[in-house]
Amino acid sequence: MFRGFKGGIHPPENKHFSGGKSFSNLSVPHSCFIPLQQHIGKPAKPVVEPGQSVEEGQLIGSSDGFISANVHSSIPGKVVEIREHPTVYTPFGQCVVIETGGAFASNVTREPDNTWAELPGEELLGRIRECGIVGLGGAAFPTMVKLSPPRNKVIDTLLINGSECEPYLTVDDMLLRTYPAEIIEGTRIILKILGVKRAVIGVEKNKPDAVRALKQAISASRFREKVEIWTLKTKYPQGAEKQLIKAVLNREVPSGGLPMDAAVVVQNVGTVFAIREAVLFKKSLFERYITVTGAIVNNPGNYKVRIGTRISDILREIGGLTEEPAKIIMGGPMCGISLNSLEVPVVKGTSGVLFLGKNEVDVVDYRPCIRCGRCVTVCPSGLLPCDLCNAVEKNQLQIAEGLSPFDCIMCGSCTYVCPSRRPISHFIKVGQQRLRKLK
Amino acid sequence: MDLEKNEQEKKESKAPKIELVLSNPPHIRAPQSVTSIMWLVVVSLLPALAFSVYLFGAKALYLIAVSTGTAMVAETLYQLAMRKKATPFDGSAVITGILLAMNVPPDAPLWMVGIGSAFAIIIAKQLFGGLGFNIFNPALAGRAFLLASWPVYMATAWHRFTDTNILSRGIQNCSNIPPGAFDAITGATPLAVLKGASKYINEMNVQADAFYTTLLSNQMLKSLALGDIGGCLGETSALFLLAGALLLLYKRIITWHIPASYMGTVAVFTAIYYFLNPVPGSETVGHFIPRMVLFHLLSGGLVLGAFYMATDMVTTPVTRKGMILFGVGCGIITCLIRLWGGYPEGVSYSILLMNATVPLIDKLFKPRVYGTFRKHTSHEE
Repeated sequence: MFRGFKGGIHPPENKHFSGGKSFSNLSVPHSCFIPLQQHIGKPAKPVVEPGQSVEEGQLIGSSDGFISANVHSSIPGKVVEIREHPTVYTPFGQCVVIETGGAFASNVTREPDNTWAELPGEELLGRIRECGIVGLGGAAFPTMVKLSPPRNKVIDTLLINGSECEPYLTVDDMLLRTYPAEIIEGTRIILKILGVKRAVIGVEKNKPDAVRALKQAISASRFREKVEIWTLKTKYPQGAEKQLIKAVLNREVPSGGLPMDAAVVVQNVGTVFAIREAVLFKKSLFERYITVTGAIVNNPGNYKVRIGTRISDILREIGGLTEEPAKIIMGGPMCGISLNSLEVPVVKGTSGVLFLGKNEVDVVDYRPCIRCGRCVTVCPSGLLPCDLCNAVEKNQLQIAEGLSPFDCIMCGSCTYVCPSRRPISHFIKVGQQRLRKLK
Repeated sequence: MDLEKNEQEKKESKAPKIELVLSNPPHIRAPQSVTSIMWLVVVSLLPALAFSVYLFGAKALYLIAVSTGTAMVAETLYQLAMRKKATPFDGSAVITGILLAMNVPPDAPLWMVGIGSAFAIIIAKQLFGGLGFNIFNPALAGRAFLLASWPVYMATAWHRFTDTNILSRGIQNCSNIPPGAFDAITGATPLAVLKGASKYINEMNVQADAFYTTLLSNQMLKSLALGDIGGCLGETSALFLLAGALLLLYKRIITWHIPASYMGTVAVFTAIYYFLNPVPGSETVGHFIPRMVLFHLLSGGLVLGAFYMATDMVTTPVTRKGMILFGVGCGIITCLIRLWGGYPEGVSYSILLMNATVPLIDKLFKPRVYGTFRKHTSHEE
């Protein structure tokens, strides 16, 4: 039986820099810059004022609308100001600036609430909303929305995404190795919320330790739900929702649809971990695990950091770089966003920070398409990326529209393989924007 | 206290700013670039080129040098005239030059090759918009131009191993063909001998079985494989060309789809043809059909065409299925020309003709977009 998705690439994994390094907690930073927009949807509305004292985990930005999320203070202290500051998504994002101070007050409960299995799903969902949980894999879509599909949609499988196909990143791998029992408990919480019987945790083949840990954790505990562990082929973009669904369930999400149209909900392992903490400890999402990595990082590894910690603070604490960085990427090298400043703070969707040195960054002009067809071979969506790119480049939007630009998942595989160094996926994105404007 | 901290922060912000590169994802790229691909193709052609120089002598080297040099100069001059960035060293003009040189007879005049090379670069490539925009394989367009303009040079300027022998140094009169007729046979290239079969048999009183025994002898097939035969510079050594092609396959610069479907089609087509049209005199030749198929595969420009010219990225389909159809089309046209046409060889015209169909093939074999369904399919596993 063919299980897998079409296309894909095998970039150098480079996971050895931080792979296998256990989590260490970074100290509480002196100040935090907490963006009000850390998720897809509307930014949160600030509910604190300059001068106000806040405790760890206190609500500082309130969810504004259905697709939005709460934002919390990651450190106890005083609100200094609310001002514009470079964030990963925009050069001038509204940020609540908080300085540490006072007693270490926290609103996180110390004792786990083990009664969750008896609570109604709405209550659990409410805790997830209150705690501002969003997808931690990178897209930062509000989890509460994902976990409340419309009534007419039948969901039969929950997919937990532990594939971590991005090169360099190891945070999900370490999460699975370190907290397998917690991930499985979180999975059961989601199953309860969705009222679904079956969950599959998909892990790429290059993480055998994670698979072993999960299997041990399952055999060590007893529960009724069906949680399966699947080893998947190591191939980028195995972790893309639609490709994961195809690989595990051999289903395709209809064009223009969402995973729930294929009766599936997909959650990243980091999100599952955060969901469990939200439900058991009412702990809002004010800290997360990230990978700090790159050949020029002195101490690459996996760290627990407070949301709002600036990259400069992280670097200072972990021992800096061996040379000046030429590029700083938030996320992995395939989908991550390059930053223009060390002052950008970590947000909920930050899975890692990657530093590239001068030799690892090549700035070359792109050349005409030579129609080698490599982009066609690797495109997991079955598009003709080269033709789409050429059409957008010449602003032939009508032609571009006929080439299904909105089915592109922005994995960047086409750009990766292009020998003419054409920014294909970027052109496709531009095409999408121009076409949306026309409509 | 707060003031102090503010001061501290201000100092930090005054720290020397680092220059950071901003770009869209992805931030890593596969190592192969257009230039590295082109030069690797050049490297893969070196064994065959070296062999042609060994076989034909310095004149082969001059032909290659003139053809390649003219291609690079023509590319540069045109690009400068059009105020574009000149790219003579990206390897693509070099390949066109080399391939054109491999497509002319060893005794062809140098000026003719120069003109053909300039035609290939300026008319067939740059006028269409340069690398990536040409519809036809430039080297083959150049060859077609030369064949139409100076057919005598293109069809007769063969290298002579001895006074009369063009065919092969190793071939011997193993079936007692009359000496005069044998001289006539060895005075042509392998495919031309095959094309002239009826002439030799009917007019020169060569026994049909003796003719085919000689043509398909082990010695002849060995000469074809090793390249010890008359023909264009690049028609000769199948083995050296295959060695270079293996490198390209290993480096994934070409895929198996076009060469395999092309050569496979020629093999199947010729096998069926000789099965349905038994050649008089062929009964005495053991394993006639396999030998004939091998003869067709190894002779002429098929190996060079299938691995190096039908795989030219710019002028071939982008999808795997399209590539297979392209190869099959090339194979059929090649056989049509070889078996029924006026020319002994049809590789170059078959590829040129199929080049013209590429937009159509690409339209026909669009991949299925994820999440779209041609037929009604359920979500059941």
